[in-house]
Amino acid sequence: MQVFAPPSMSLRFVPVWRRNLLVWRKLAVPSILGNLADPMIYVFGLGYGLGSMLPEVGGVPYIAFLAAGMVCSSTMNSATFEAMYSAFSRMHVQRTWDAIMNTPVDLDDVVLAELVWAASKSVLSGAAILSVVWLLGLSNSLLSLWVLALVPLVGLTFGALALAVTAMARSYDFFMYYFTLIITPMSLLCGVFFPVEQLPELFQAIAAFLPLTHAVAIARPLLLGHVPADAALHALVLLAYAAAGFYAAAILFRRRLLK
Amino acid sequence: MAELATEIGEDAAVAQVGRTTSVLAAKDLRKSYDGEEVVAGISFGIAPGECFGLLGPNGAGKTTTLRLCLGLTDPDGGSVELMQRPVPGEARSARVRVGVVPQMDNLDPDFTVEENLVVYGRYFGLPERAIRERIPGLLDFAGLAARAASRIQALSGGMKRRLTLARALINDPDLIFMDEPTTGLDPQARHLIWERLKQLLAQGKTIVLTTHFMEEAERLCARLAIMDRGRFITEGSPRELIVRHIEPHVVEVHGDGVMKWADQEAAALVSRLEKSGDTVFCYAVDPAPLLASLSSRQELRYLHRPADLEDVFLKLTGRELRD
Repeated sequence: MQVFAPPSMSLRFVPVWRRNLLVWRKLAVPSILGNLADPMIYVFGLGYGLGSMLPEVGGVPYIAFLAAGMVCSSTMNSATFEAMYSAFSRMHVQRTWDAIMNTPVDLDDVVLAELVWAASKSVLSGAAILSVVWLLGLSNSLLSLWVLALVPLVGLTFGALALAVTAMARSYDFFMYYFTLIITPMSLLCGVFFPVEQLPELFQAIAAFLPLTHAVAIARPLLLGHVPADAALHALVLLAYAAAGFYAAAILFRRRLLK
Repeated sequence: MAELATEIGEDAAVAQVGRTTSVLAAKDLRKSYDGEEVVAGISFGIAPGECFGLLGPNGAGKTTTLRLCLGLTDPDGGSVELMQRPVPGEARSARVRVGVVPQMDNLDPDFTVEENLVVYGRYFGLPERAIRERIPGLLDFAGLAARAASRIQALSGGMKRRLTLARALINDPDLIFMDEPTTGLDPQARHLIWERLKQLLAQGKTIVLTTHFMEEAERLCARLAIMDRGRFITEGSPRELIVRHIEPHVVEVHGDGVMKWADQEAAALVSRLEKSGDTVFCYAVDPAPLLASLSSRQELRYLHRPADLEDVFLKLTGRELRD
């Protein structure tokens, strides 16, 4: 095994993905409720509460502005959580990966399965918020359907980055650093709650490099009924983060588990 | 999925053709961690239908050897052929015909007994129907027929081990690796596992077993190697090893003044003495003079028994702890 070889991509990941799906199906209802509750509290709390005191933001009511940010950030959180805590449990605590690697499924296949699974779960989260946005009438444009295509990409991006973190983790505590130092600042800098333009220039420059900024930059115009400017460019940035994260995760997992 | 199934089907065909010679062969295998050689140049071949035992104290390199054979880590030197395929290069397709019972239970805790088997079968690319057809037989074999719908947490340690064994058989493997299959089990559970392993051998399966239970190795293995510090220090059938390394009679003696007795009387009557704690182990070809000496010593208690594999093991690997 060449540690730096590109990850092998094969359909062998499917049975591993199905394993995770089967576990999830047993806990689906609480899981979906959990996925919905947190972002809903933000949408209602900030959207109506804070929004009632604000003039229009970016030319729309605050809650409509916030909706796109919430779809992106809950997708991010869901993928991140799954690829960190849940994947770590399967790899390190339950030793599920060890059992799988004794079969004709390789480590690369397992890592790919975890990535696709994290993205799949995040799609549920993103889609759940999106349906609430539609139900509340916060978005009336057919263009908003395109967000359903964006959500899986966002899930892949953050799932891949989180897997690279998982590959370095010695215990669950390690994940707090990533949440505190990366995920939370990203939620605040990337245009989820307020336009990036409100930030000092230095922070705007930093935000331009962060993946969540590019997710929001696609989702917000779509929900508000516009065609996003530079959508392809933003999508490419997300794709680049996904590819780099996945490659880094593959290398780090090989060094950890195949040594 | 169809593509996957065909690919694995071909693998199986190739593996079948090569069944006449060895199912596993290692040549001068080496692996180091942090400059320490954990596997230090071992070679062996395992014929179809054989039960080969790999014995050794903790840290001898047994588990690393298994990982090298399965292609889960790259050797620093030497080569492995598993089911006639070079490992790690073609390890993935070699593993199609191999089952593994790992040292630590890693059953899926979220699943029932049956789901564990179904999900594991899918990793081999087996069609769903083929998996479902195999499960009743496997549950019977594992004595878990009434437990198909039980959750894993509800199973005893012995049941979990048997389920792990059944899981390793889901792909009907030709070769089964078992890493300390009965560690932590009570005697009843252990005997049941041994019974099942004998059945598998009778069916013509090949087994590679690591253990530090000498009794287990003596019962099951036609051939075994004792491994220490990354090397095979001896190899042969259990009988051969005992004859080669140990006098046929062992007398274990303890009691007041045993050390003095050992130095002044026993030493001259036996071929070899070993002191461990407050016990003296006397090894003799003819135990009669020693037993005569003991019969006049009421304060000494003793146990006279034939030499076994454990004596060989302790002689070759020493009595000090290995943790």
